[in-house]
Amino acid sequence: MTRPAPSPSAPKLPVSLAANPTLSSWLRFSPQGHVKVSPGKVEIGQGIVTALAQIAADELDVDIGRVQMVRASTAGSPNEGVTSGSLSVQQSGRAIRHVCAEVRQIFLGLASDRLGVAIDALAIEDGTISGPGNIRTSYWELADEVSLERDATPGAVPKPSTQRTLAGHSIARVDIPDKVFAHRRFIHDSALPGMLHGRVLRSELTAARLVDMPKDRARAVHGLVAIVRDGNFAGVVSQTEEGAEAALGALRRSATWSAGETLPDEDRLAEWLKAQPVESTLIDNRMASQTSETQRTIRRQYTRPYLAHASIAPSCALAQWSGERVRVWTHSQGVYFLRSDLALVLKLPVENITVEHMEGAGCYGHNAADDVALDAVILAKAASGRPVRVQWSRADEMSHAPFGAAMAIEIEADLDAQGEIVGWRHSIWGNGHTARPGRAAQPALLAATELSNPFPRMISTNPPQANGGGADRNSIPLYDFPSWTIESHRLTTMPIRTSALRTLGAQGNVFAIESFLDELAAGRGEDPVAFRLRHLSDSRARDVIKSVAKRVGWKPDQQAGIGYGLGFARYKNTGAYCAVVAEIEGAEDIRVKRLTIAVDVGEAINPDGVVNQIEGGAIQATSWVLKERVRFDRQRITSNTWTDYPILRFSEVPEVEVELIQRPDSEPLGAGEAAHGPVTAAIANAVFDALGVRVRNLPITRDSLIAAMESTS
Amino acid sequence: MASIRFRLNGVEAEIDADPDASLLSILRGPMRMTGPHFGCGANECGACNVIVGDHAVAACDTPLWSVADKDITTIEGLGSVEKPHPLQRAFIAEQALQCGYCVSGILMSAAALLRRNPEPSSADVRAALDRNLCRCGSHNRMVRAVLRAAAEMATP
Repeated sequence: MTRPAPSPSAPKLPVSLAANPTLSSWLRFSPQGHVKVSPGKVEIGQGIVTALAQIAADELDVDIGRVQMVRASTAGSPNEGVTSGSLSVQQSGRAIRHVCAEVRQIFLGLASDRLGVAIDALAIEDGTISGPGNIRTSYWELADEVSLERDATPGAVPKPSTQRTLAGHSIARVDIPDKVFAHRRFIHDSALPGMLHGRVLRSELTAARLVDMPKDRARAVHGLVAIVRDGNFAGVVSQTEEGAEAALGALRRSATWSAGETLPDEDRLAEWLKAQPVESTLIDNRMASQTSETQRTIRRQYTRPYLAHASIAPSCALAQWSGERVRVWTHSQGVYFLRSDLALVLKLPVENITVEHMEGAGCYGHNAADDVALDAVILAKAASGRPVRVQWSRADEMSHAPFGAAMAIEIEADLDAQGEIVGWRHSIWGNGHTARPGRAAQPALLAATELSNPFPRMISTNPPQANGGGADRNSIPLYDFPSWTIESHRLTTMPIRTSALRTLGAQGNVFAIESFLDELAAGRGEDPVAFRLRHLSDSRARDVIKSVAKRVGWKPDQQAGIGYGLGFARYKNTGAYCAVVAEIEGAEDIRVKRLTIAVDVGEAINPDGVVNQIEGGAIQATSWVLKERVRFDRQRITSNTWTDYPILRFSEVPEVEVELIQRPDSEPLGAGEAAHGPVTAAIANAVFDALGVRVRNLPITRDSLIAAMESTS
Repeated sequence: MASIRFRLNGVEAEIDADPDASLLSILRGPMRMTGPHFGCGANECGACNVIVGDHAVAACDTPLWSVADKDITTIEGLGSVEKPHPLQRAFIAEQALQCGYCVSGILMSAAALLRRNPEPSSADVRAALDRNLCRCGSHNRMVRAVLRAAAEMATP
């Protein structure tokens, strides 16, 4: 039996476009001379709407000022899932590029008919299509004659990179002026006519039951509209925000809660993680055909704590009922997914629910944005059709929103007689890294677990390795080791709520791998740059490492109290390449002085936007490494203020220098999460360089340094 | 309730409210001045900073009674698209933010700094902004922007 030969690279639609093929769902022209571009991805401070506007303007040959970016809404936007994983340029960008290329050809075809000249003789400049002898028309003139209510077809050919005039250039972000002039762009600043204010009562105790809630005091608060109670969910609706706060305070003083669930011992986190019931997965296995004999095996354990998203803005949402229909305004990263979960909770068809995106503060993953949307929907039921705005407190944001999962990572390396790596085993213990809404038969929203007919609490899981993995993200070495076994042990209990935080497990895994490699290189007396290059065949990987090494003059001369360390990763093993050299100083308190970074994101649509993302990621990672750890006692999360959950301050921020390796003909890759892992490892390795101490438990604080010194001595 | 007068962005204002109410709740509520942002409600993040007299203060932690007869400047009073403050121009020029939620407070801390120290060093800027939190990691761009604005303001 023979099989037909597969057709050689038949053109396919970009993945987001295949899922949403109607051209008009992405792009429309207005007769006023505007282009409305409607991505399914949302702005979360990463500059995506600007990058997508650049792509559209370039492909259509219009001034970028004509491009109006439409906020995602379930009322009509393409469904692109969730804005996460540094995939927006890859997914939305490719779809929009394709749509614009195809639409451009459609208009050129029509113009050719109308003007009676061949397409080849036509040119487009700022939307005006012109040909020989001063004949001209435009997108806007022809717009009424072209129906874009048709499906995209494979094979549209975007411009070659050399003909792009915007993509590849640092165009000023379109959202920044609004933000420095305090125009009302954030959901927090939006007001609807007749809007009421809601607040939700939550116990500090984890999963406590609301035993009693006398309402007299709250009823006496001026402006009160309603007190809502449904099982363990309780809240207030008021005419004013202050009234809502005051009524909430009154409820809080009156309420009685049961004991909650017991939390782990934060000082014995790794032991706890490794003692829980787990679901184990073999992530990857590589067997060498012939391995040298193992002379000795070295084993090291690395940990990272739970980390908070710690958005500067507490989560906020607006909701308004009209009969059996509800409209929701949210800063969720996925409007369609949120709608699915709301439908599950409300037992309504999705058609009855409209979810619109509005910008919030940076979220860095799955924070309370979706939770507060359900809170608003429930409270708005008591508002007789008036819209209700709900905002969480700082304390709730820091204790009830999901956290990035704590991780314990064990790596064993088998070394041969020459100290070369012949075997490698990497095992991860921890909760799953995602419990996002809209993916399961049960909702992931907090209030859903509090209602009198509660849904079970969703236990977080891990995306498959094919989608970048979760706990196992970046656990498969990019290095050419002859054999390895990678395993992930996902906890099936979840006393502390976890979900997606920037990089998922990659920060922990890159910290572990790069720290261990540094230690193995040092054990051989080999330079860590040379050691890595010797084990890397990927030329783009080699390039970022060589670039950063050259930039810092690796290795700078030893000075007392100063250390240099290297960290490298390719995010998800399929995304951006990033190499970092950290320069640190200090003995008891570590100060990161400088981070020098080389990054390769393929085609950089907006180079300054990429640099901004890398700088921001590097600084955030420095904050994680030096300061951050969710604190808890056996009953409650205790780090619910900025004092108890400090983040890096202006005076502590390192200089950050970014070299962008431009590859305009390579696929564009996201930049938002590329730096975290390499920065973490680079700082830890620099600490070793300065002090001779390997800190394997994050964060690197005075306490963890002392603990590491004691365990070494 | 009490009637309290102050000057808001150069305009006389009078409000009947609980004198213990926070200035932030008054600005964002009845006055619909949404530039100052709520971040923590505890004077720990700087997102709500405004200038009272010559100093940047956290509006969330400033009782209304304490601003009686004072001059208050919010981000709305700093500048506009038509007439931007040099700091606003500089933040655009340096693309000095990511999400921007903290920026209105940071601009006010920076404006207060430039009023008392028109030629700050980088360390001065970092010290002046040290009580403002930024989670996106835009700190270095913001410092550069403040220095750019100072240089522009020094040029006659």
